[in-house]
Amino acid sequence: MDHHISVPYTKEEASSLHSGDMVYLSGTIYTARDAAHKRMNEALNNSEDLPFDLSGNVIYYMGPSPARPGHAIGSAGPTTASRMDKYAPRLLDLGLSGMIGKGKRTEDVRQSIVRNGAIYFAAIGGAGALLSKSITSSEVIAYDDLGTEAIRKLTVKDLPCIVVIDSHGNNLYETAVEKYKMI
Amino acid sequence: MLRELDVKEVTEKVRDLCIQANHFLSDDMKKALKNAETKETSELGKKILGQLQDNLNIASEEMIPICQDTGMAVFFLEIGQDLHFIGGNLTDAINEGVRRGYVEGYLRKSVVNDPILRINTNDNTPAIIHEEIVPGDKLKITFAPKGFGSENMSRIFMLKPAQGIEGVKEAVLQAVSDAGPNACPPMVVGVGIGGDFEKCAILAKKALTREIGTHSDIPYVADLEIELLNNINKTGIGPAGLGGNNTALAVNINTFPTHIAGLPVAVNICCHVNRHVSLVL
Repeated sequence: MDHHISVPYTKEEASSLHSGDMVYLSGTIYTARDAAHKRMNEALNNSEDLPFDLSGNVIYYMGPSPARPGHAIGSAGPTTASRMDKYAPRLLDLGLSGMIGKGKRTEDVRQSIVRNGAIYFAAIGGAGALLSKSITSSEVIAYDDLGTEAIRKLTVKDLPCIVVIDSHGNNLYETAVEKYKMI
Repeated sequence: MLRELDVKEVTEKVRDLCIQANHFLSDDMKKALKNAETKETSELGKKILGQLQDNLNIASEEMIPICQDTGMAVFFLEIGQDLHFIGGNLTDAINEGVRRGYVEGYLRKSVVNDPILRINTNDNTPAIIHEEIVPGDKLKITFAPKGFGSENMSRIFMLKPAQGIEGVKEAVLQAVSDAGPNACPPMVVGVGIGGDFEKCAILAKKALTREIGTHSDIPYVADLEIELLNNINKTGIGPAGLGGNNTALAVNINTFPTHIAGLPVAVNICCHVNRHVSLVL
């Protein structure tokens, strides 16, 4: 099923999305990948504020290529989510309502998604040029020194994503592969 | 007679190769993606394969890198033994070409200076350079930028000789199944069999640069490539790991003699953005 959803979204909206649904996200999301997660985790350890309010927000695991003049952003596809598995449960428990990436998550992350009524979306890996067309603005809001790994606030318009792990804990990576398995 | 080659020419060509490889996927890969789309049984998988081809068109028309992970810069050099480099150091010249290509080409800088301290070098250097001395007086440069989503899913298995070809098949299928959606399927699977620990890894990486759709000259290896591709495409992983019958576009295998006690196997997985370009100077 196809949905057009604005971000941030409510828990009720999250609950209505199911593993396998195609979702077009519009609104504001934030980028963070390995190094930014490490820093956010250290900030939390030191009881410092995070660069943005996690509550109800969505993180896109993405580090773009530089924007050419006249473009909002460069190539902008998802990175492998499992590298953020160590940090994700803590952020979900603090109110993070969604993550966009690609690839498998741990059972710990899946349980945190269910516990918090959140969603793990996949964007198509390796389609960074195509995905960049759905990003209308990009602004570095923290950790500028990390270059591509800085935290960016993005405005997106119909960013195409697929619900992989829904708020009920269903996991498309497991169910879809079973369906097409021939050995 | 030695032929002289100014390394400044190498720098210029390397710069251009970096930009070319990251915006224009080679024809063999484009053909393989199109072919996969026609064969795909999953409706979502078919749609994804279509989007990957749209992505290639946008990349080349608007000069936006195909993937934001423009890779670590890997080079295979075949250096003619009758060639004499002048005007500077060859390694420095290649790194200068990478620096210029990645900075001037709006490519992502994905290299950190130290595996533990992790400060970005901000110019994507240093490159990884594999050299081979060959007869003649030419320089062949193959550039294959490698993204790490798939690199992280690559494996080396030190098998026992008694495990034989069945052990090799199991190892490759194991690596591909473990990689699943993380490696951005449909993948290209580079396999190195034989040599020693590092040799089999280099064989596997170099196998990724072989034209898709071609096979090994060794009959049993060519058969193995075909059989493994068929079996990989039965795992169900499919495009983007969301189910389907196109998990890999090709399995390319290179072999080398090995020790009486060993059967090393390396599986270097590449995503569907399998970038490789070559030129001869």
